[in-house]
Amino acid sequence: MIRVRDLRKTYPTRFGENLVLDGISFDLDRGERLGILGRNGAGKSTMVRLISGAERPTSGSIESSMSISWPLAFGGAFQHQLTGVDNIRFISTIYDQDFDTNLAFVEDFAELGPYLREPVRTYSSGMRARLAFAISMIIEFDCFLIDEIGAVGDARFHDRCNYELFEKRADRAMIIISHDAAYVRDHCNRWGVLHDGKLAQYDDFELAYADFKELIGWKPPPGWLELQVSTA
Amino acid sequence: MATTPPQPASLPHSLRVNARIIGALLVREMLTRYGRHNIGFLWLFVEPMIFTIGVTILWTATKSVHGSDLPIVAFALTGYSSVLLWRNMPGRCINALWANLALMYHRNIKVLDIYAARLLLEFGGATISFVTLALILILSAWLEPPDDVLKVAGGWLILAWFGAALAVTLGALSHHSELVDKLWHPASYLIFPLSGAAFLVDALPKFAQEIVLWIPMVHGVEMVREGWFGDQARAHYDLGYVIPLSLALTVAALVMVRWTERRVVPE
Repeated sequence: MIRVRDLRKTYPTRFGENLVLDGISFDLDRGERLGILGRNGAGKSTMVRLISGAERPTSGSIESSMSISWPLAFGGAFQHQLTGVDNIRFISTIYDQDFDTNLAFVEDFAELGPYLREPVRTYSSGMRARLAFAISMIIEFDCFLIDEIGAVGDARFHDRCNYELFEKRADRAMIIISHDAAYVRDHCNRWGVLHDGKLAQYDDFELAYADFKELIGWKPPPGWLELQVSTA
Repeated sequence: MATTPPQPASLPHSLRVNARIIGALLVREMLTRYGRHNIGFLWLFVEPMIFTIGVTILWTATKSVHGSDLPIVAFALTGYSSVLLWRNMPGRCINALWANLALMYHRNIKVLDIYAARLLLEFGGATISFVTLALILILSAWLEPPDDVLKVAGGWLILAWFGAALAVTLGALSHHSELVDKLWHPASYLIFPLSGAAFLVDALPKFAQEIVLWIPMVHGVEMVREGWFGDQARAHYDLGYVIPLSLALTVAALVMVRWTERRVVPE
């Protein structure tokens, strides 16, 4: 169980304090997958960073009896001068895990072939994404934080990621941020809309999405209704 | 506050965790800095050795006036090695956190671990360089062996302690202000000639002695010299000044690190 209470976060800017999160509270249990919608700059990633423990809130509390992952954003936390293997060894040591098992898993999952032994800076963005995701999967967490995962990679890679996350780890808690509403709809069982520092929560995706569309000022393009009718 | 880990960690356990984390950071740092090309991590101490050898040759060639009859090779070795120790540690810690922000996503890596790994690397490099050069010079009869090895080590450790505390303080401050990086370069350059590396305190006029003895590094260098040359060095240092000062700076460093840890924003 993760218990978030009255989470507030302000950042100092040249124009005074900028209030990003203004009293966020929610609980998250195993098996629950919370999808967060919000405009650019609404504070989604900030909220995830606070929950990951990488950053401290200005006030409020996050209590957890579960282990929480780092935010699984692609292209993330590795050293680009080092090789893929070096990065796997580093993460394995940090989390006190068996290096050989992890190496075997990443070799199989990321399909980087000999590039696994080359510096990460020589990788394409798709290759980095595969390595980052594979490394994220070698450490078992109770709660996964997923920040915009659908951004890179091909269809085959997406299918493999979805299988690892939502089938093999269906019993874990997850917080998922995405601008891809369909992704959030398909993979979550609770939803939230973050706006003006507040989090509105929903048990029904359609309600959440309707509010979200209103917030971003989404208007149907001309001809939208006819299209809807004709495909229905 | 923030996420509380489920199990309370015992002291030996958390020490083991710390050692593991710092070890991993150390390896990562070495691979990043020196890579696997040519002599690889040997650069760790080859680079400071080249510096020290160069300065020794320069000072010998210009018959540098150091105000004593001590052999110039020994004088340069003890002096310049000391400079490397207190100057490189802050140099490596300033902006270290900016370069490693992504690591803050791993909750068992703390800000202090990042500094500790870099300090150990700098201390190791400077020490290996000092000892290796000393052994080579002693074996080739350029240098007399030290009079009191323990005193040399003591002076060396005091320099390292002061350097480390200064490094962590400046490192943490540099995360909040770019001025630290900008000012450290001229400051370290200006302190160098005053740090005792290039003169003996005893050779200075009385009023100048009183002034330079305010500079903490001078005490460490003088102690190293006394350990090496014995009474011949006529060293001036006061452990009653430099130890409390280093202790106070250490406390300041730890406070600064805590303060930074609460404000760090990972990229």
